[in-house]
Amino acid sequence: MTGWQTLLYKETLRFWKVGFQTVGAPVLTAVLYMLIFGHVLQDQVKVYDQVSYTAFLVPGLVMMSVLQNAFANSSSSLIQSKIMGSLVFVLLTPLSHWHWFFAYVGSSVARGLLVGTGVFAVTVFFGQPAFVAPLWIVLFAVLGAAMLGALGVIAGLWSEKFDQMAAFQNFVIMPMTFLSGVFYSIHSLPPFWQKVSHLNPFFYMIDGFRYGFFGVSDVSPWLSLGIVATALLVVSGVAVNMLRTGYKIRH
Amino acid sequence: MPAISFQSVSKTYSSTRNQTGPIVKALDDVSFDIQQGEFFGLLGPNGAGKTSLISILAGLSRASSGTVKVHGSDVLADYASARRKLGVVPQELVFDPFFSVREALRIQSGYFGIKHNDDWIDELLVSLGLADKANANMRQLSGGMKRRVLVAQALVHKPQVIVLDEPTAGVDVELRQTLWQFIAKLNKQGSTVLLTTHYLEEAEALCSRIAMLKQGRVVALAQTSELLKAASSNVLRFKIDSELPAHLAAQARITGRIVQFPAHNANEIEQYLAAIREAGLVAEDVEIRKADLEDVFLDVMNKKPANEAVAVAVDLEKVAT
Repeated sequence: MTGWQTLLYKETLRFWKVGFQTVGAPVLTAVLYMLIFGHVLQDQVKVYDQVSYTAFLVPGLVMMSVLQNAFANSSSSLIQSKIMGSLVFVLLTPLSHWHWFFAYVGSSVARGLLVGTGVFAVTVFFGQPAFVAPLWIVLFAVLGAAMLGALGVIAGLWSEKFDQMAAFQNFVIMPMTFLSGVFYSIHSLPPFWQKVSHLNPFFYMIDGFRYGFFGVSDVSPWLSLGIVATALLVVSGVAVNMLRTGYKIRH
Repeated sequence: MPAISFQSVSKTYSSTRNQTGPIVKALDDVSFDIQQGEFFGLLGPNGAGKTSLISILAGLSRASSGTVKVHGSDVLADYASARRKLGVVPQELVFDPFFSVREALRIQSGYFGIKHNDDWIDELLVSLGLADKANANMRQLSGGMKRRVLVAQALVHKPQVIVLDEPTAGVDVELRQTLWQFIAKLNKQGSTVLLTTHYLEEAEALCSRIAMLKQGRVVALAQTSELLKAASSNVLRFKIDSELPAHLAAQARITGRIVQFPAHNANEIEQYLAAIREAGLVAEDVEIRKADLEDVFLDVMNKKPANEAVAVAVDLEKVAT
């Protein structure tokens, strides 16, 4: 293994060693969402004609879990090691900012996809979605996880305390995931909130991801791909630059 | 080529978060070289800038101006090469709670791109008395054991320059012995060692050359033997139960019951003893000893008028090598 691959391995091993909390817990949460929302809303909501609400919900929950866990991985690893002081072991190495970026984002993608697969494996019993375009599924899962992994790098570097990190998670990540159409089609929203939703990059991740299952979506998957890829580039650019300048880690 | 070269290194920062407060100078135009194979001591009171200087050397912090090189590699422009040559034992007792000792050492080797490093890792574990803790989780280790792992982590990539930032703070005698034996061995094999410590006996015993920092400036830089020679005075040391008169206390170093006076000759010693007697006090356990590094250190840091000779003798301009 080269230097950055070791960091990627170490970051992956880190979450794997506490897998009960980092993989098991989010899968359980998704099952609870499925049980409650799926059961309560099954007969009330019909999004697409040929798709049951529970089947509609499965990809949304999977993607939500992918995104939240990808973010949690890089952000919590950085804030913990900053506060514990163990980040110094990485700071003293010859690894470049690109090495840091690919290692932290790579392990976030790994955790996101692992949790996403776990959520899919248990929620699929409630409502079986189709696999119309599997490549789109993989593409949006990877790009979405990478963007949230990069966003987690930004949040992890910026935060100095756990409550700042919690604020980032609760006031930015949670609203953006919940208002992205995980539980509904944004076409069911009033026109104003539809417009607001279109400004949320998370909406395009979930819409494009869902297109891979059903072949129908609120907007074209190509448009979603363009927006998600652009958002990934912008967020990555910021994250890499923060790592290059040693923002709050090399004083 | 020097092992470490500091050239006009300054570090300033604002004392408040919003950058509007007064500017603090942590380091002020620090310049000196450390030659390959030296065992070099960096001394100074808390806040003198020792850790700031080491942080800049290690890339944990950036100088406001000046350059730092490790074996010719600039720590900023050529950071990867500089960090490969450098092994740093940080002052804080930090550890990664997710891993065992061996995992932590393997991972640290991996960061430097070193594969199959188990032979060297085993040697480090044995030399530092960690062999039976190899598979223990970092969280289960005592403070002293964690400190040993920190040393091992700094050495996994066989650095040419070893930097120890107060490695023996709060460490038991056994570890100090083990640590110094091992570091001295590496030094004999050619590694350069830069050490900061508050234990001046350690510095005196180990370091061939010493720099003293005070408020971010180098105030002394010389061979350890020359520093000691410059402090040619003796020290009158005794125990006393009552308080010294103020004019005597001002010249003395007082630690609990122990009182020490720097004295250049027998006359001065007699004068001190006479003054004690006149004050109606009784000195017990009286002894006269040679001044040690601690006396030199206090002289340099305090620059007491009575000891100007010593302070001047070790002044940077006169004894810089």
